[in-house]
Amino acid sequence: MPGPDLHYRHALPVRIMHWLNVVALTILLMSGLQIFNAHPALYWGKSSYTGAGPLLQMTAVQKADGQSVGVTRVFGREFDTTGIFGMSKNREGEWSARGFPWWATIPDNQWLSMGRAWHFFFAWLLVINGAAYVLYGLGSRHLARDLAPDGRDWRSIGQSIADHLRFRHPTGEAAKRYNVLQKLAYLIVIFGLVPLIILMGLAMSPWMNSVWPGWIDLFGGRQAARAIHFIGAWLLVAFVAIHVFEVIVTGLWNNLRSMLTGRYRVPAGELHE
Amino acid sequence: MNSIDSRRRRNFLVRTLGATGALLLAGCNRLSQTEWFPKVLGVGEQASDAAAHLVTSRKSMAQEFTEADRSPQFRANGTANPNSAEYQALAARAFADWRLTVGGLVEKPASFSLAELRALPARTQITRHDCVEGWSAIAKWKGARLAPLLDAVQPKPQARFAVFYCADPMAEDGTDLYYESIDMEDARHPQTILAYEINDAALPIANGAPIRLRVERQLGYKHAKYVMRIDLVDSFAGIAGGNGGYWEDQGYQWFAGI
Repeated sequence: MPGPDLHYRHALPVRIMHWLNVVALTILLMSGLQIFNAHPALYWGKSSYTGAGPLLQMTAVQKADGQSVGVTRVFGREFDTTGIFGMSKNREGEWSARGFPWWATIPDNQWLSMGRAWHFFFAWLLVINGAAYVLYGLGSRHLARDLAPDGRDWRSIGQSIADHLRFRHPTGEAAKRYNVLQKLAYLIVIFGLVPLIILMGLAMSPWMNSVWPGWIDLFGGRQAARAIHFIGAWLLVAFVAIHVFEVIVTGLWNNLRSMLTGRYRVPAGELHE
Repeated sequence: MNSIDSRRRRNFLVRTLGATGALLLAGCNRLSQTEWFPKVLGVGEQASDAAAHLVTSRKSMAQEFTEADRSPQFRANGTANPNSAEYQALAARAFADWRLTVGGLVEKPASFSLAELRALPARTQITRHDCVEGWSAIAKWKGARLAPLLDAVQPKPQARFAVFYCADPMAEDGTDLYYESIDMEDARHPQTILAYEINDAALPIANGAPIRLRVERQLGYKHAKYVMRIDLVDSFAGIAGGNGGYWEDQGYQWFAGI
C-alpha cells in the first residue's frame, strides 16, 4: 500500500509498454546501424546515383603511406573519424572498414541478413506495442487526461521553459501531472516522430511502393526516405537522451520506481530546497 | 547524507546499466548464432510478407520513372563476369549459341534462342533497382514478358514456383551456381520480364548478359543475372540449400519485398 506521500503515477499497461519500447528501440537502433553499415552512405532523391554526391558517407581511405584511415563526409566536408566511423577496431582488436563500430551494431560483426531479421522482428513489436498504447490511451482516457495540454498548460509554456532551463522541478500537486513541455515532447514523439520513422521504413520497401506508385516521392524519393529514417532515428536518440537526463535530475530512483511499481514519491514543497 | 546516498545509488545504477548493455550485446550475438532464435526472428519477416500481400493486389505495379530520372551509370553488383568456361565460350560468340531452357512442371518444355526471346511480347520500363545493401539505381529495361513465355510452355496446375538457374559460379572453384526463385504470382506479373536491354543497348556482361530477370517489387538479389534455365517446381526444398535462392541459402529472406 502506498504511504501518504506515494502517488500512483503509472498504470501497469503503461509500464509494460514503456519497457517493451526500451527493448524494441534499443534493438531497432543497433540492428538499424548494422543495416546502414552494408552501405554506409545516405543520399537525397529517388536513387543513389543522381549525379549529386552523398549527404553522408563513411569510408576507409588508404593514404599515400599505405595507412588506412576512417573518413566521414558530411555535405562535402571530410572528417578523420578513424576508430569510430569508417574504420574501427573489431572486437578482436583488428582494424576493419565499417560504418559504425562493432559495439554499436547487432550482431557485432558485419552480418546484414541477421541484422535485418532482428530489425523486422522488433519493428513489428514496436508497431504492435504502439498500436496497443494508442488504443489503451484512448480507452482509458490516459491520452486525454495526462497528455493533452489544457488551457492552463498553454498559458504556462513560458514559465515551463524558464523552469526547465533553471532545472527547477515541480513539487507538490504540480509534480503529479506532466508539465507542458513534457506533454508536447511525448505527443510529438508518439504521434509525429515515431510514425514518420515507421512510414519512412515502409517507403524503403519496393513492394510497399506499389501500394500507390509514386507516394514515396512526396518525401523526396526512396533514398531521401532512407535518409529521413536515419535522421529520425537519431532525433529519437536525442529525445531519449533528454528524457534520461530529466529522469536523472528529477530523482532517478523515484522516477525509476514509478515506472517499475507505479508509485511516485511526490516531492514536498520548498522543504528540500 | 541524502546526497551521498543518492550518488551511490546513481553510480550503482550507471554501472548496472553498463553491465546490462554489455550483456544485451553479448546475448544478441549468442542468440544470432543459435539454430532456433533466427527462426523466432523469422516470424517478423513472415508477418511483413503477409502484410505486404494484404495491402496490395496481385498485380499492383512498381513505380515507373521518366527518362530524366535514370541514373548516370547502373552499378554492377555481385558477379561482373562469370568465371566459367561454359559462359566465357557463349560470351565469345556474342551468345549466338546461348539458349534458354524452360522445363520442369510444364506440358511443353521448350528452349529459346536470344533472337526467339526478342520476338516474344516485350515490355519496356524505367524502374528503380533497390539493393538489399541500401542503394538504388534507376534504369530503362526492355525484355520478354515472362507471362506469355509461360503460356507457351503451359505450366502444369501443380507448378508453384519458377526457379532461375544462372551461369555465374559464386564459389572460387567454379561451383555454387547462382539461382533464384519467385512464385507464380510474380512470374505472371506484367512487369516481370527477362531483360535483354538496358538503357536502349544490349545488356552488357556486367549487368547479366544475355538476360537477367526483372521482378520489380522485390530487392535486387531476386533479379537473377546470366539466366540459363527456368524450371517450374512445386517446391524448392530439394534445390541447393533448400531456401529458394543463393542468398536465401546464406540467410537472406525469400520474400524480398521489404
